[in-house]
Amino acid sequence: MGAIFRRELGSFFSSSIAYVFLASFYLVSGYFFCNLTLGNASSDMSGMFSSLLLIIVVLIPILTMKSFSEEKRQKTDQGLLTAPVSLGGIVLGKYFAVVVMYIMGISIVFLYALVLSYFGDVAWNMVVANYFALLLLGCAFISVGMMISSLTENQIVAAVVSFFALLFMYLLDVIASYVKFEFLADVLNSLSYFNKFYEFTCGLFNLTSVLYYISTAVIFNFLTIRIFERRRWS
Amino acid sequence: MIEVKNLTKHYGDKKAVNNISFTVEDGEILGFLGPNGAGKSTTMNMLTGYISSTSGSALINGVDILDDPIKAKANIGYLPEIPPLYVDMTVKAYLNFIFDLKKCKLPRKSHLKDVCDLCRITDVSDRIIKHLSKGYKQRVGLAQALVGNPPVLILDEPTVGLDPKQIIEIRNLIKKLGKNHTVILSSHILSEVQAVCDRVIIINKGQVAADDTEANLSKKVSNDHRLILRIEGDRNAIVAELKKISGMKYVRAEMEREAGVYEYEVEAKEGIDVRRDINKICTANGWPILMMQSAELTLEDIFLKITMGEGIEHLSPAGADRKTVKKIEKQLPPDTKITFEPESKDGGNK
Repeated sequence: MGAIFRRELGSFFSSSIAYVFLASFYLVSGYFFCNLTLGNASSDMSGMFSSLLLIIVVLIPILTMKSFSEEKRQKTDQGLLTAPVSLGGIVLGKYFAVVVMYIMGISIVFLYALVLSYFGDVAWNMVVANYFALLLLGCAFISVGMMISSLTENQIVAAVVSFFALLFMYLLDVIASYVKFEFLADVLNSLSYFNKFYEFTCGLFNLTSVLYYISTAVIFNFLTIRIFERRRWS
Repeated sequence: MIEVKNLTKHYGDKKAVNNISFTVEDGEILGFLGPNGAGKSTTMNMLTGYISSTSGSALINGVDILDDPIKAKANIGYLPEIPPLYVDMTVKAYLNFIFDLKKCKLPRKSHLKDVCDLCRITDVSDRIIKHLSKGYKQRVGLAQALVGNPPVLILDEPTVGLDPKQIIEIRNLIKKLGKNHTVILSSHILSEVQAVCDRVIIINKGQVAADDTEANLSKKVSNDHRLILRIEGDRNAIVAELKKISGMKYVRAEMEREAGVYEYEVEAKEGIDVRRDINKICTANGWPILMMQSAELTLEDIFLKITMGEGIEHLSPAGADRKTVKKIEKQLPPDTKITFEPESKDGGNK
């Protein structure tokens, strides 16, 4: 797992993906920080955090698109799958490499908070809670993107499908508002990733939400492992 | 040691590998021979745990690949048909990654240096794999299989894409490795198997068609007295005259090699030497003999005989190619001539 993790992380930087991801994340988050926090002369960063959610829906597919599809296309998966490593080790090694890339991106918010602290009082526990929520949500989204990547040989297909899958997950509560059946709307609302995230930005730390994000990540990673298992047996 | 018992793989209704059993002893080099699509790669993929078998078992040094895959895989060095190279890494970084991936306990620096020296990739070790030639990539692939010094090596067409000099180098390397490794090597190049392997398994349509030493295989298919001739002169007259020789089994005209020069395949009854008679007839008729050679039965002939069944009554080197030409000739208008030089199958380094 360690070897795969290190190689994967290295490959983000040897290709341009790491730089594209980090630069665009810093650019857009910086814009939101200036506009929504500094521009409003407010020390409240929650507006920026909820906007960041949409950014990660766009940017996470960039990180996950090639994780398995490229291996399959270059036939390097054959090397991994015939090495003395478990399937779980392969999937998690890659997963944590993407998570670390993601953390490098979102950790910029602490810099923003630091800037803000020169101008006013920063509610640090709010920032940390928001950061934590963004991290967990990212972990869930990354696992979805990686599962989609394991289904195709084409990076672009993986990126586009992941984007729409994440967008769907992001918009669950919006979709719920269009649903006529109350029961179904309730289900969609309770599954909504945004609602749970919104609670965090309001300062509510809900353990259910934390568990929800973590279990999403666990389930989709498990599905990825199963996909590999199944491919071997078919 | 590798023990394979009744290994079977179905893809839907198609039986890619059907009930294959064999054993490879320590220090043996086994050649896997078969036409494309015979099930060589599928078998190797099952042995290495890349795909699972539908039924049957494969034991690597006593460990079943499906029961304890991690332990079994630790014993295998595998070079797949397409080497699993991360093309954006340098050779050194890649081999270090493989070293970590295989959780090797050997001293890293000296072991990787040994592997690089063995595969002759030391001079490119700082280059990015993407920029290497096909031959070097193949050697990096071989190096990757050797990292960790696994007792079993499974090499799927290891010399594909190499130039003749490199082919010889790799073959010699495999021979050297065979002294203290168990090696399975697949190939559709017959001379390669002949040159490297102690034992040959011929796979056809997913089944073992033959399993023996190369020498025994040659013995099995009787080596009748056959000649290949090139004679200048009228084709039909030559065939008619040669057929008159007593003890001649058949005479067959092959394609035109030079203007007015045809190649003939003749076979006499066993124990009868017809060379002098042929010479006499040709001299009498003023047909110069430009070439006469005995058509020794090669592994290729055996291979064709086994994989194509009894339908072929006469065989010769490059027989398959000639057969194809014959088939094409039949479909074309009778006047059409096909000039055809069979390419040397082993790159001329037998």
